[in-house]
Amino acid sequence: MAADEPRRNLPPLQLHIPEPKFRPGDEADFSDIEVPPAGETPRPDTAAPHDAMRGHAYGLVRVLDDDHKAVGPWDPKLDADTLRKMLRAMALTRAYDQRMFRAQRQGKTSFYMKCTGEEAVAIAATFALDRDDMTFPSYRQQGILIARDWSLVDMMNQVYSNKKDRLKGRQLPIMYSTKQGAFFSISGNLATQFPQAVGWAMASAAKGDTRIAATWTGEGSSAEGDFHSACTFAAVYKAPVIMNVVNNQWAISSFSGFAGAEQTTFAARAVGYGIAGLRVDGNDALAVYAATQWAAERARTNNGPTLIEHFTYRAEGHSTSDDPSQYRSADEAAEWPLGDPIARLKNHLIGLGEWTEEKQEAMDQEVAEQVKTAAKQAEKNGILGHGLHHPLETMFEEVFEEMPWHLREQEEEMLAENRAANNVAKTR
Amino acid sequence: MSEENKPQETKPKNMIQAINSAMDVAMDRDPNVCVFGEDVGYYGGVFRATAGLQEKYGKTRAFDTPINECGIIGVAVGMATYGLRPVAEIQFADYIYPGLDQIVSEAARLRYRSAGEFTVPMVIRSPFGGGIFGGQTHSQSPESIFTHICGIKTVIPSTPYDAKGLLIAAIEDPDPVVFFEPKRIYNGPFDGHYDEPVQPWSKHPASAVPDEHYVIPLGKANTLREGNDVTLLVYGTMVHVALRAVEELGVDADVIDLRTLLPLDIEAIENSVKKTGRCVIMHEATRTSGFGAELAALVQERCFYHLEAPVQRVTGYDTPYPHSLEWAYFPGPVRTRLALERVMEDVSGQV
Ligand SMILES: Cc1ncc(C[n+]2csc(CCOP(=O)(O)OP(=O)(O)O)c2C)c(N)n1
Repeated sequence: MAADEPRRNLPPLQLHIPEPKFRPGDEADFSDIEVPPAGETPRPDTAAPHDAMRGHAYGLVRVLDDDHKAVGPWDPKLDADTLRKMLRAMALTRAYDQRMFRAQRQGKTSFYMKCTGEEAVAIAATFALDRDDMTFPSYRQQGILIARDWSLVDMMNQVYSNKKDRLKGRQLPIMYSTKQGAFFSISGNLATQFPQAVGWAMASAAKGDTRIAATWTGEGSSAEGDFHSACTFAAVYKAPVIMNVVNNQWAISSFSGFAGAEQTTFAARAVGYGIAGLRVDGNDALAVYAATQWAAERARTNNGPTLIEHFTYRAEGHSTSDDPSQYRSADEAAEWPLGDPIARLKNHLIGLGEWTEEKQEAMDQEVAEQVKTAAKQAEKNGILGHGLHHPLETMFEEVFEEMPWHLREQEEEMLAENRAANNVAKTR
Repeated sequence: MSEENKPQETKPKNMIQAINSAMDVAMDRDPNVCVFGEDVGYYGGVFRATAGLQEKYGKTRAFDTPINECGIIGVAVGMATYGLRPVAEIQFADYIYPGLDQIVSEAARLRYRSAGEFTVPMVIRSPFGGGIFGGQTHSQSPESIFTHICGIKTVIPSTPYDAKGLLIAAIEDPDPVVFFEPKRIYNGPFDGHYDEPVQPWSKHPASAVPDEHYVIPLGKANTLREGNDVTLLVYGTMVHVALRAVEELGVDADVIDLRTLLPLDIEAIENSVKKTGRCVIMHEATRTSGFGAELAALVQERCFYHLEAPVQRVTGYDTPYPHSLEWAYFPGPVRTRLALERVMEDVSGQV
């Protein structure tokens, strides 16, 4: 029977296509988002069985209340110095993003991506991890490097793809990699880092090591098969890994509903796999810290993986390549019910009597200066397309440890071509 | 003649607009045609190839998908076996690999394994190729992976006019087609001279793209230029690199735009190489096991006794596409010239 012939007397089926609540021109109103009061969610024992804490996958761990006080069992009770360091790392990340975004607009590099509005997700988590815990980030966790006091000049060299770029100009800007920084090489292919983090953690466990792994992906990318492979392996082997889904509501132009958010939370994926799931206010640095600390202790005591959903908002465009006003309401960021992570931590510190608006202003200027100085230094090593690249020969290196004959030949051809082109490019 | 009675002049189209028009025409003619992929629906695709289609044909015929290429291609196979004609977009060819099993083991073999009962008339569209400083995951040319699979067609246009006619043919084809769009020439016929501004398509005759339905049959090459001394086999961006190089060097060449890699227009190739006795094959993809290897094998099998010189390949190198050394990697004018000089050397070593 052909598909369009009349069938039994049944109602016609309908295909559901998700639709975000607001599009350009609409007034954003997030009053339907349930924001439970801070301090309300209980903190289970880090050895609690996953099925005793299912509610956590649907709730929202929050520490900072509306008066910016830290409340409830998840309060990590950090000292003021640590809080100020965390605040500074977030402010520095924001200033760094602004500068590098502008550098792309000025034609100094090809591409850039900011993490504005979601700084806490990478930075507070990094503060809760050990310095040698291995991180497998997506492209939006530059905050990890900054929280680990990584050199800004070194990061910028990568963004400029210049002669001091540690990745030899091979990778797209922002795809950092540093083994020393325990920061895994970022891939352009989404979610591939998820099973890799699980594998690293399995290896660490198999070797009786003490280090754990943490990985991040956007909510959009959690639709990839790699995410689900990672969850399966993490559950089966109880891998000492923290799997973070950064739910910033948008994946380029696609809202979270296209990754399944109309049906359930991202933390709830954990329930099906039988692993611990936490849903966290991602704009509350203390909640992110506390959740990561909990998951790290769980992993370190052989109680297995944790999947953490960070509920946050991508306050700016996806990258330098898109214009968000084409697909979402312009006032979403301002209306976001969970505020801005930097402002919230700042207000908390002010409330503690450990900080002031004046100090914040001075710090903002300091970090902007710091970034400017670093940029000047990095630009001396070159910007993209202005000749200060790694020598041509590096193109063929590290494809393999030992260069096979065909690459040797191709290298010779490339050098001959460069000579024929009057040595346009720099060689050794 | 009054202004109103003048025949409607078609506005010149760039490649994106031509591709968009192909889907528009196909969707208008056949309610079974639907388009989907990451950011394809509301936004109209990150390159805007599907812009306006959701508005015009509704959300069930032009829609966004989860970020899952295996799923996108897998559901396209399922929809096609139901009787739809899905046109799935993979945002960059570099991201097609998670969907490879659904292509290799499923789409390409269903007709055969079900003895013709289940067929997969689907198209996978995907921007491919480098030249946009996209780094190694926004620059690859994986076409030879697909020509190596039995049961799938591979099409690569080089102009707006061809893009529209070929895409309509692909959508109407009863078998699965991978349709790779050279993104470097979406806006203009880039010819490898990266230090010069690229002319927009509107200055090129192939931007005269009719609004109506037309088809360029799959499997037919296009001889863009006729000559007697050498045959250049090209497709995609390299078509424009070849034409410019031949013109600059004053070489009397046949330039053949293959347009469809599989099924291949072997007759056009054979006739040309038998006439010229020399052959240069160009592609941006890495060299080893690239489509050029297949072409070189076919040429020597069929034209061996007519050949005056070894077949030459102008290709990308066998490394990932580097970001900062993009132009050293790209097979541009100099690599083309050196290959032409090699192939034109006669047995006595004279040019
Ligand atoms: C395998 C793969 N498919 C598609 C893309 C193209 N792409 C790059 S980023 C992106 C959106 C990702 O969104 P999300 O995971 O929510 O992360 P966010 O950008 O919001 O941080 C897409 C579709 C890709 N890089 N890799």
